Amino acid sequence: MARTFAQEEIIVADLDTFREETRAWLDENCPASMRRPVMTDKDLCWGGRKWVFASDDQRVWLERMAERGWTAPQWPAEYGGGGLSKEEAKILKQEMTRIGARRPLDSFGIDMLGPALLKFGNEAQKRRFIPEIVRGEIRWCQGYSEPNAGSDLASLQARADDKGDHYLVNGSKVWTSYADKSDWIFCLVRTDFEGPKHQGISFLLFDMESEGVSVNPIRLISGNSPFCETFFENVRVPKAHLVGEVNQGWSIAKYLLTHEREMIGGFGLSRSGRESLGTIARQALGSADGRLANEGLRADIAAFEIDELAFALTAERVVDEARAGQGTGAASSLLKLYGTELNKVRNELLMSVGGSAALRWGDAQHTALSQHWLRSKGNSLEGGSSEIQLNIIAKRILGLPG
Amino acid sequence: MALIFNEEQQMLRDAAKTFIGESSPVARLRELRDRGEAWSPDLWSGMADMGWTGITIAEQFGGLDFGYVGAGIILEECGRTLAASPLLSSSMVCADLVATLGSEQQKSDWLPGIASGEWIVSLALNEADRFDPGTIAATAVADGSGFALAGTKRHVPDAPMATHFLVVACTNGQAATGDDLSLCLVDRNAAGLGVTLSLNLDARRVGELQLDAVRIDADRVIGLGGGAGEGLQRALDIAAALSAAELLGLAQEAFERTVGYLKERKQFGVPIGSFQALQHRAAQLFAELELCKSVVLKALQAIDADAPDRSLLASAAKAKVAKTARLAVNEAVQMHGGIGMTDDFDLGFFMKRAAAAVQEYGDDYYHADRFGRLSGY
Repeated sequence: MARTFAQEEIIVADLDTFREETRAWLDENCPASMRRPVMTDKDLCWGGRKWVFASDDQRVWLERMAERGWTAPQWPAEYGGGGLSKEEAKILKQEMTRIGARRPLDSFGIDMLGPALLKFGNEAQKRRFIPEIVRGEIRWCQGYSEPNAGSDLASLQARADDKGDHYLVNGSKVWTSYADKSDWIFCLVRTDFEGPKHQGISFLLFDMESEGVSVNPIRLISGNSPFCETFFENVRVPKAHLVGEVNQGWSIAKYLLTHEREMIGGFGLSRSGRESLGTIARQALGSADGRLANEGLRADIAAFEIDELAFALTAERVVDEARAGQGTGAASSLLKLYGTELNKVRNELLMSVGGSAALRWGDAQHTALSQHWLRSKGNSLEGGSSEIQLNIIAKRILGLPG
Repeated sequence: MALIFNEEQQMLRDAAKTFIGESSPVARLRELRDRGEAWSPDLWSGMADMGWTGITIAEQFGGLDFGYVGAGIILEECGRTLAASPLLSSSMVCADLVATLGSEQQKSDWLPGIASGEWIVSLALNEADRFDPGTIAATAVADGSGFALAGTKRHVPDAPMATHFLVVACTNGQAATGDDLSLCLVDRNAAGLGVTLSLNLDARRVGELQLDAVRIDADRVIGLGGGAGEGLQRALDIAAALSAAELLGLAQEAFERTVGYLKERKQFGVPIGSFQALQHRAAQLFAELELCKSVVLKALQAIDADAPDRSLLASAAKAKVAKTARLAVNEAVQMHGGIGMTDDFDLGFFMKRAAAAVQEYGDDYYHADRFGRLSGY
């Protein structure tokens, strides 16, 4: 619908007012310690029943933002979301970036499940789960990959048998992020073994404290254990917790994956709140005539920063195009592919800048760099590997056969 | 500002695509090359009729005042068909120098001629083989009521058709670095000016100018007393961003032709585009081109807004696109196989033009280095 010039003027004026009010509110309500850059994983707030806040400020910041629904700014206000327009949400983000405000809540509920639930869930499911997600009271994990279903996710074998008023779930999942810390799981299960593999999958929600659920953390090369093996043995799941239609879970899974890809791809572009690679390198290496002392490293850093800038602008353009109805589609694959590969390059360069000092292991203060470097290797695997994203681009955008 | 084209800009793109596609397809370049002709005056008068020769010039001087995003749209379409014209140097770069640095009198004397396409002004800047605008040895020394120009300029664009040269020279009589620069408008047939043309691999011709006591009146100098540094920097940002726009068009066209070929060429009984090895190379190139589109548009918007990060963005754009265009033409030939190596097939034109356009106004190495300097390292 075309807006008249006068309508545009009113909207612009409204947005200016929104910006002023938002700025004032953030100034007053964002605690000083929540404006410092995120240095370690401990600075993130994941929420949930088992969550122990790292500080009072972390708790207060979450509560204040959740109160306004600003942990999920664009979700409908009737379910506790912020109810903001895209323009307003962009302003909120800009104003948060301006003061270096941390995200009040990191949540798979917000980044992954929520959008799918709002689109495919029934009214009772939305009323039950969305407000809890917004307030950070429930922590979710994702039951997708299995030992024999990685890139070929649709061949998954965890099964849910129809027992009248409930399903009985059996099988196992792997690479379940934070399964040991989560309250609930959104889980892909096979409900039909006869037809095509994509058409026998259903999307279930269940409590991780249900009888028959067990979890085994996997120790990674970084020394941390963010992922788990998850086992289900005769887990009873009420039918009310089936999202969408039975055997129609694959389309929900794919929809959710586009949001996951955007979240993971975003790792590469969160330039705000962290120092530029060039600045870090200048401090570490020193400079001669205003240039980094090492010419080869300098050239690689400049190439990286140009890509990083062009990538951040692409993420911005994708949003602007979507808003104007000009999107090309499959943008999430592009962002996931490029963002994760860039993050790996950044970590490689940080290790090179650090030199031998980057090799320390065993004490929290010095190990973050090398652990992040090791962790970044998984960015181009999780949520669909880079090769899967290239497949999607080749087939869906370029229209290549096969 | 949103990173999308507005309605007017989209209309301009449609018009440019149609006009350039019809009046100057790649086949036209082949004709010109085979006949040994330097350029197409018909294309130029057509562009003038469309108003493009004054695309960024203010309306009061006969231009369209459409801005640099618009200029980029036209050059991108020129890049797609490898159409050669003096638009970049004359109507965009030199016109901006006059508009930014010229007196009111100079603007009203010179800009209407550029806007109508009657004047073709070429920027005579380069002296070295690698782009180095900070080191200028040409001099303009006070001589009675005017100046006498001396020096050598190399790789000067649009030399065959230029009616004037805008010569970058040092007015304090010494070899200059950076700010001691002025710009002198020299008629093509001025006494003491020698122009030697050289053919480049892209079938375009560049000039070497020998300036031997070329006399000009004082009112032919802009940025007198070394005031041109700032304005020249802005003009070279414009040149870099627009050169990137042209290369982006070229790279996209080479890419799209390649994807088309992958769908149609069969080996082992199937289209070669069904092979994952080629699919992934094409998809990777697609991703690089998407980044190029974003950074070029942002750089051109920054020029239109005269934003503080204009120089950083212009260098990022040229560095990123130059590297990607090189990748695009190399991948195009590799994925086409032997046919891509033949002169009968058009791909070679893309590869050759890319090599030349990469050098114009600084290649990826120059601009990545500048990006680093501007970023404080």
